[in-house]
Amino acid sequence: MENFAYHTPASVADAAKLLETHEDAKLMSGGMTLLPTLKQRLAAPSDLIDLAKVPDIKGVCRDGDELVIGAMTTHAEVHENALVRELIPGLASLAGQIGDPAVRHRGTIGGSCANADPAADYPAGTVGLGATFVTNKRKIAADDFFVGLFETALEPSEIIVGVRFPIPVWSHYQKLRHPASGYAVVGVFVAQTKAGVRVAVTGAGPSAFRVSEMEAALSKDFSAKAIENIKVDAADLNNDIHASADYRAHVVTVLAKRAVAARG
Amino acid sequence: MGQYGIGQPVRRKEDVRLLTGKGSYTDDVNFDGQVWAAFVRSPQAHAKILSIDTSAAKAAPGVVAVFTGSDMKADGVGTLITDVEFKDLAGKDMFRPKRDFMTIDRVRFVGEMVAVVLAETQAQAKAGAELVMVDYDALPAVGSTAFAAASNSPVIWEEHGSNVGVHWENRPEAEIEAHMAKAKTRVVVDIVNNRVVPNPMEPRCAVAKWDNDELTIYAPTQGGRRIQQGLAKIVMNLPADKVRVISADVGGGFGIRGKLYPELGVVSWATRKIGRPVKWRGDRSETFVSDYHGRDQINHAELGLDANGRVVALKVWTIVNCGAYFAENGPRLPINGGGRIIPGVYDIENFYFSVKPVLSNTVPTDTYRGAGRPEANFLMERLMDAAADATGLARDEIRRRNVIRQDQMPYRTQMGMLIDSGDFIGNMDMAMKAADWAGFEARRAESAKRGKLRGIGLSNFVEPSGGRPTEEMRIQVTPEGKAVVYAGTHSHGQGHETVWAQLIQTFLGIPFENVSLIQGDTKIMPKEAAGTFGSRSSWMGGVGLQRSAKRIVEKGTKIAANLMQAEPEKVSFDAGVFSAGTSSVTLAEVAKASYELKNLPDGVEPGLDESYFLKRDPEEFNYPNGTHVIEVEVDPDLGKIEMLNYIAVDDCGKVLNPFIVHGQVYGGVAQGIGQAMTEMTVYDDEGQLVTGSFMDYGMPRAHHLSMIDALFNEVPCKTNDLGVKGAGEAGACGAPGAFVSAVCDALKGFGIRHIDMPLTPDRVWTAIQKAKAAKAA
Repeated sequence: MENFAYHTPASVADAAKLLETHEDAKLMSGGMTLLPTLKQRLAAPSDLIDLAKVPDIKGVCRDGDELVIGAMTTHAEVHENALVRELIPGLASLAGQIGDPAVRHRGTIGGSCANADPAADYPAGTVGLGATFVTNKRKIAADDFFVGLFETALEPSEIIVGVRFPIPVWSHYQKLRHPASGYAVVGVFVAQTKAGVRVAVTGAGPSAFRVSEMEAALSKDFSAKAIENIKVDAADLNNDIHASADYRAHVVTVLAKRAVAARG
Repeated sequence: MGQYGIGQPVRRKEDVRLLTGKGSYTDDVNFDGQVWAAFVRSPQAHAKILSIDTSAAKAAPGVVAVFTGSDMKADGVGTLITDVEFKDLAGKDMFRPKRDFMTIDRVRFVGEMVAVVLAETQAQAKAGAELVMVDYDALPAVGSTAFAAASNSPVIWEEHGSNVGVHWENRPEAEIEAHMAKAKTRVVVDIVNNRVVPNPMEPRCAVAKWDNDELTIYAPTQGGRRIQQGLAKIVMNLPADKVRVISADVGGGFGIRGKLYPELGVVSWATRKIGRPVKWRGDRSETFVSDYHGRDQINHAELGLDANGRVVALKVWTIVNCGAYFAENGPRLPINGGGRIIPGVYDIENFYFSVKPVLSNTVPTDTYRGAGRPEANFLMERLMDAAADATGLARDEIRRRNVIRQDQMPYRTQMGMLIDSGDFIGNMDMAMKAADWAGFEARRAESAKRGKLRGIGLSNFVEPSGGRPTEEMRIQVTPEGKAVVYAGTHSHGQGHETVWAQLIQTFLGIPFENVSLIQGDTKIMPKEAAGTFGSRSSWMGGVGLQRSAKRIVEKGTKIAANLMQAEPEKVSFDAGVFSAGTSSVTLAEVAKASYELKNLPDGVEPGLDESYFLKRDPEEFNYPNGTHVIEVEVDPDLGKIEMLNYIAVDDCGKVLNPFIVHGQVYGGVAQGIGQAMTEMTVYDDEGQLVTGSFMDYGMPRAHHLSMIDALFNEVPCKTNDLGVKGAGEAGACGAPGAFVSAVCDALKGFGIRHIDMPLTPDRVWTAIQKAKAAKAA
């Protein structure tokens, strides 16, 4: 890796200022994607701004009807947190399926979402639960957050502070792991929220998306049978050596059915 | 023999050292004043090199020197060439391309070295390497095995005019067709034996130092002697004793780490050139594009059976993708490695075999755990399943009718191998019983209730072991009565520190904890050291030690007799004590005395230090064999396979340490399952390696496997004194066949008879869809 200047700002405001004043700066949370990229010399930022020392953007709390998870909360903390397990067990389960234990103890929800890997798990959870990203500048609905392949609605010096999850009635995540990387070949998050049923898919397309046809069908009849004939269009899906687009389209339906069936 | 004797499950004494960070790996070695090497590797699969501009790199911060293949050639450095030669039936020789240590005017695979940058730090060397400007003129590339053999494929070695190195045949096909014509049933299979990237845990590394007109190089190898000889002769133009290769602890060999890789030549030459130590630490990406790959065959085969389900003839056509150059053993693997055992455990007299080793724009392939034998056994087991299908006989029954029976041993195969022993029917009985094969249908029905398709599969295998036919082992008994083993073998995971100590305790009565092992240093190891590969160490190293120990006892007897004032003929030795009548002396006392001239009888040299140079007939092997049974459940909606049960019955001959042999079985099985289930190596049409990292290349993980029940059906080998057979490669031979058999059994309702490895969810699901569509049509 190339040399870089290393910063550990003590506040989000300081971090944002550093981002603004250093042209080739990169923000770092868990570093689970960024560090391998640097080691492989695929990126050479001038400055690394590590959020590790920023207080108050870590941890889980309840705020009325919402669960608030700080951006720097690790996957392991989300997976093990008693509040998450009680209020959104589907999200706790999702966090426990990310990577391996080492990754789960370093990687963070903010970092994962900001990176917007098309096969990451959190995009399905945040979109599926209708979460809201809170940044240093504004609030962004998860539906508007994931724009494309490794692309989000974040502006250059915008930093995720936390994610607010409306507490759902029920939710569940189903994932088919990639045989090599362990990422989601397809991951489907189904939630019954106060605002209606949501079905969000990761891994299958360039970024997480909702399946409105399934949502409508499940709103009328929350059963696996109700969606068994609903198939997403393979033409819009990823096609690679590990999974054809046709296969992914099929798996979206299978996993959505299984998620619904898990409601019992 | 107590808790440390032969056959005891002794815990590995090396583990504490290795697991607490006290190992001594190549990357632990650093020298004052060393420079770091980084290689410029080709991003092109096939291209002419028009020019190499090193000026920007030379001017970069910290860069000490930049060299290309031309610089080495100008210094008289030679080329690498495969060890093997084959002829076709007409007597025409195989094409044997020469490989420069760094390629000069053409690149033939992605990752091939074009230049080396030496700098004060590794980061500076890597940054410098990015500044070397190579002007490539791209040529059409050949990435796939089938395409390499096709007549319309680009030719990557123009001087040969074809990508096929030789068309080797064991005999004219017509001779066997005469037998095949009499068959009642003929079955044909077409199978791909997928290319795998071996990926030892330790990436390659080398530290070379030129000092006092001698080269010392540290590198992970599987022995070092042959690498020493190659470096001395081809690269350094020195007598071999002026080159020292040291491989202390090594993080995995698997066959591919025993080779003279070009990187070793470059750092060796470079340290002398610049007069400073040179260190190279390869990363995982370099492992993928520069360590030799394994397997990569396409097989077409036909089996003819009579009315009783007995095989009357076998024909096999193999294309093996050897990559851009024939590596040391490349074309040998299907022909000598696997080919001569293709009939496997089966009694098949009439066998035609055709092999085309092809060159392509891919990383060269060479020995990898099993080295041709897993491919051969897999092919036979797929044929047997197809034969069961065609004849209506059960899968075990078709095998029972064709295996070589114990009363046929020693059995001379029609390829000339002499199988001394093995209980092939017994292996099947034991494995099927342990797997409750008889109760399987009830379990299948239970799975079906849950929407899952359950399958069971078995495979037999035999795999000639022994490798190179010579080895030398030395035992030194110190004046303190401790033993030091100077091994020609090399342990890089096999647990020799433990097993050799067990043998010494057994043979000489020297306590287990008083035995130490010295290996992996060409300056100290026995002259005729060969190394560890080909499941050979228990035989070549173990018997070598046994005979060295015998010499220790013989010499000790003379000294003991002198000490006890007894006739040597009256002296007996047992458990570390020499006795004559009522007097006795311990081996430790004899050892101490042996270093004092006054105690020595006439004609006896001081010291108690003996070695044995073991030679065997190069055509003589031992024959580890076994039956593995796997039970799986397939989720038909996802195509996902879950392994439920694994029974491994292995005949490794006399088991020296069951704990360690179990480890060998587990490791081999994991690699076999990896090949069968997850390990997919993909080159695209441009010759780019698509699966060049662990993000895309599926290494087997613990969760892919079930528990493995490893059982022994111990039939002592008749051709060596210890009765041992190899163990290291058995798992990799048994697992793929049993796995694919089990999955196809689960899917038999769809009429699926074969799916090519690796059986990823996508492939299984696609096979189910195709089968459904075919049924509907």
